[in-house]
Amino acid sequence: MLYREAGQFKSTYGEDQQIFPIRQDRVAIAMLLVVAFVVIPLFANQYWLSAILTPFLIFALAALGLNILTGYAGQLSLGTAAFMAVGAFMTYNFVLRMPWLGILPSFILAGLCAAAVGIVFGLPSLRIKGFYLAVATLACQFFVLWAIQRIGWFTNNSPSGVITAQAVGILGYAFDTPARKYLLTLAIVTVMALLAKNLMRSETGRAFMAVRDMDVAASVIGIPMMKTKLLAFAISSFYCGVAGALYAYTYLGTVEPEAFTLDLSFRILFMIIIGGVGSILGSFLGAGFIILMPILLSVVFGAVSHATGVQVSHAVLSNLELMIFGGLIIFFLIVEPHGLARLWQIAKEKLRLWPFPH
Amino acid sequence: MNVAFFFEVLIGGLLSGVMYSLVALGFVLIYKASGVFNFAQGAMVFFAALTFVSLLERGVNFWLALLITLAVMVLLGISIEKVVLRPLVNQPQITLFMATIGLTFVLEGLSQLLWGSQPHGLDLGIKDVPMEWLADSTGMFISQFDLFASGIAAVLVATLSLFFQYTRIGRALRAVADDHQAAQAVGIPLKHIWAIVWAVAGFVALVAGLMWGARNGVQFALTFIALKALPVLILGGFESVLGAIVGGLIIGASEKLAEVYIGPMVGGGIESWFAYVIALLFLLVRPQGLFGEKIIDRV
Amino acid sequence: MKRTTLALALAAAASFSAGALAQAKEQFVPANFYWVGPYAPGGSGIAGGMIDYFKLVNARDGGINGVKFTWEKCETEYNNARGVECYERTKKHPPTGASLIHPLSTGITYSLIEKGTADKIPIVSVGYGRTDAADGRVFPYVFPMITTYWSQNTAKIKYMGQLAGGMDKLQGKKIVNLYHDSAYGKETIPVLDAQAKMYGFQVTHIAVPHPGNEQQAQWLQVRQIKPDWVILRGWGVMNPTALKSAQRAGYPREKIIGVWWSGAEEDVIPAGDAAKGYIAAGFNVSGSNYPVVREIQKYVYAKGQGEMEDKSRVGSIYYNRGVVFAILSAEAVRTAQNRFGKGQPMTGEQVRWGLENLVIDDARLKQLGAVGFMQSLKMSCADHEGGGQVKFQQWDGKQWKVITDWISSDQKLVRPMIEASAAQYAKEKGITLRDCSKEK
Repeated sequence: MLYREAGQFKSTYGEDQQIFPIRQDRVAIAMLLVVAFVVIPLFANQYWLSAILTPFLIFALAALGLNILTGYAGQLSLGTAAFMAVGAFMTYNFVLRMPWLGILPSFILAGLCAAAVGIVFGLPSLRIKGFYLAVATLACQFFVLWAIQRIGWFTNNSPSGVITAQAVGILGYAFDTPARKYLLTLAIVTVMALLAKNLMRSETGRAFMAVRDMDVAASVIGIPMMKTKLLAFAISSFYCGVAGALYAYTYLGTVEPEAFTLDLSFRILFMIIIGGVGSILGSFLGAGFIILMPILLSVVFGAVSHATGVQVSHAVLSNLELMIFGGLIIFFLIVEPHGLARLWQIAKEKLRLWPFPH
Repeated sequence: MNVAFFFEVLIGGLLSGVMYSLVALGFVLIYKASGVFNFAQGAMVFFAALTFVSLLERGVNFWLALLITLAVMVLLGISIEKVVLRPLVNQPQITLFMATIGLTFVLEGLSQLLWGSQPHGLDLGIKDVPMEWLADSTGMFISQFDLFASGIAAVLVATLSLFFQYTRIGRALRAVADDHQAAQAVGIPLKHIWAIVWAVAGFVALVAGLMWGARNGVQFALTFIALKALPVLILGGFESVLGAIVGGLIIGASEKLAEVYIGPMVGGGIESWFAYVIALLFLLVRPQGLFGEKIIDRV
Repeated sequence: MKRTTLALALAAAASFSAGALAQAKEQFVPANFYWVGPYAPGGSGIAGGMIDYFKLVNARDGGINGVKFTWEKCETEYNNARGVECYERTKKHPPTGASLIHPLSTGITYSLIEKGTADKIPIVSVGYGRTDAADGRVFPYVFPMITTYWSQNTAKIKYMGQLAGGMDKLQGKKIVNLYHDSAYGKETIPVLDAQAKMYGFQVTHIAVPHPGNEQQAQWLQVRQIKPDWVILRGWGVMNPTALKSAQRAGYPREKIIGVWWSGAEEDVIPAGDAAKGYIAAGFNVSGSNYPVVREIQKYVYAKGQGEMEDKSRVGSIYYNRGVVFAILSAEAVRTAQNRFGKGQPMTGEQVRWGLENLVIDDARLKQLGAVGFMQSLKMSCADHEGGGQVKFQQWDGKQWKVITDWISSDQKLVRPMIEASAAQYAKEKGITLRDCSKEK
């Protein structure tokens, strides 16, 4: 009853086409933004800011990128971490070699480099589909990592191949405290999420979804296959590239190519599957789940063993954590294969009637 | 260019490739019968090898340990099919794939929970040393273990092929792989078939685990073997046993030749991506792999 | 379901508050290690050794001047992001926050350098991590103690010189550097090249792609080169695979000299007979016959409080390495207490001072029961390495036998390289070098 559109009349096309047509949605989003931008930096402690919220935002952005490619355009990709690596290392090189650019243009340019790499490795998608494409993107994953390690130019010829992110500053305002880094990440992620949402509602997004659902039919009605698929790869890699740059600059501070392994690609794929493929909100929910679950498990185990005083070998605990994490993933896939976003949608549907029974 | 050396690299690569095929076979079996890309095959290989070696170390007789591990793997396969895959029947492929990745975590944790995280050596009685008469006569170092592994792989492939071609269950498996509904229509019990497939995959995982474990030692890194098998699968096609072998041979040989002859020119370490790139190039010519089934899209 | 959650929450809250009350005089050390994954043997061994030594100090001595050690375990899975998260979770742990942190991973060390410096928590990376952090003027909070990778390399070349009959005999010899294709693996390439120029030997660098379970191509190349020695710079499965591949290629294992992350029992046992004769460097030795290990058996294991479930691992290389880590930590705390107040829990900043002024001489080693177990060391403001000596041991099929005495590294070659690299970092980051003469 509380959540319904009854009584909300649209009198202009603008109102009708807005992203959140229902007033309750707009209010909720506004409150969320206020909490995220104002309340959290004021009240959250440093652990939450730098170890949980910032990586959550960064991974949500990467998951968003992968969702655009896999969820909306239907091209399965396992090379996400490679695109993130390109973003991180190219940002380093831009800031190092062209410091007059500034950090935000460097992020954007690095994202464009990642997009270029994405286009190159997206070429096989014109010929290959499904799992074969996924395994083909693994070629991208391994090759890009090898190239970054082998070609000294990327790491400024550092002997170990590790780069240390330079300090982030915009027009003299230094982003060095966890709260400031969090705000910068939040701002970038919010803008890009908004862009993604609008993009997916536009003609491009519809073209993507047509390709995903039935690409032969899509090309029959005139959607250009090559352009659409490569555009999907480009946009997705752009997002992943920016996420990778943020990963290096506002979170870890130092990156080595080994931080962007296949394991990370799988993790991000998990995020979109659990969160819900083809859903912007799903990227955020999935990222939250995957990031928080291991931490929650280890805290719970720690508390339980403290409280009960039972001394279990930590190896046992760690392995149990791993097993429970895997088990939860399987459980979620069985219970709700369309992901958490679908659960949220179901909840919203129920809210339309609540508290009335029908 | 030393011709003997070239042959040595080539033969070594082919034999390596056979080892990859052993792992790829497990993938192929399950994909063929149920359309599931079982990423947990690597973890199953690890679990099998670790169980076997731990039993051996606890003093259990070799053949008894083998039997027990086989039983465990068969049970594991059947329970995976029942608990994880049956509730997910009819879901899109990607969901099933993700479920098998979750399964990987569970198996990895379970293996180390049960048997500890220490690495073990595995001695199958065949020494991993170069054959002396070959080394003396031609200067080529080919390990007798590698030949033994190829022999095992050949026997396995032959057995599997005979099984699929000539036994009733084998034919039923092929029927299920072709069309689930049609198979059900003629009265083939799907659930039994899937359980059998997973059990056989468990057996193949055990064999692969023993070979790789004897080669490199039984430790967690055995789970990474799955990544070596993926290019083999793309090249050979996901549904073909023959493709797994041929793909393995091609990947193994080209990978080693590239690393030895092209590698030093670009700084080395190209093995990590070369196999994938080769498979990718093959795919551009034949999008379903060498022996895979053509993907027919109905609009 | 709701009641259980409530009970759990109450229990957690109770434990948290109870914990806060009880921590009057305690020294907290985070135990952020890894017990799962491919590197679990190393992680669990070192964790066990370290925590067992702390338990020994608590049980036998009642702590350091009455201040007992406490710790909290956190699983990092050898993953940078988890390592950072574990660090952030426990760095403000009462009473004085984390006294120091052993990341046990080069990647995590790199990620923590700036954070530790900002939070004033010393990062102790014994035998790994960022080599140029040995220059304490640029990295006041990072301590690559005992030996760094570059120092180890020079000691290795010295040993090869010994085997050849003199450093001048190295002229014209061929050495292959078989390295793990990662940041860790590539670290020693420059110092090897520098030494090759100095001594006239030929060095070929051959990369093994991660994880290293396929090395056939690499060893065929080795066979073509026919080197006098092969330096094995591996990690994890790369090590036993290398030894097995060497056997298949017919290369004698006595000519393979590994680094200390390739020289533990877990690296050779999976290779079985192929590992016999393999030599590895180490800054600590294996064996449970040292007084300190016997004390641990007496005070900790006899009471059933030992960390290692598999008691045969007590005395293994990784376990003893953990004991060495703990000895360094305990002695640093003791040194800090001597300056800042005996019997008081020390803050991270104070422990940093303790680390920088740590001196463990032979007399103290004898008191600790660690003669021959670890080397003596002397830290200073400029020198965060402090030791620089390496022993070599050989695997005979059952255990590691030490075959040399402590061989010192060539600091004349290494130190300028460290200072140059640290200076570049300082320039990039705008750090001014500390003036060690002005500090006390």
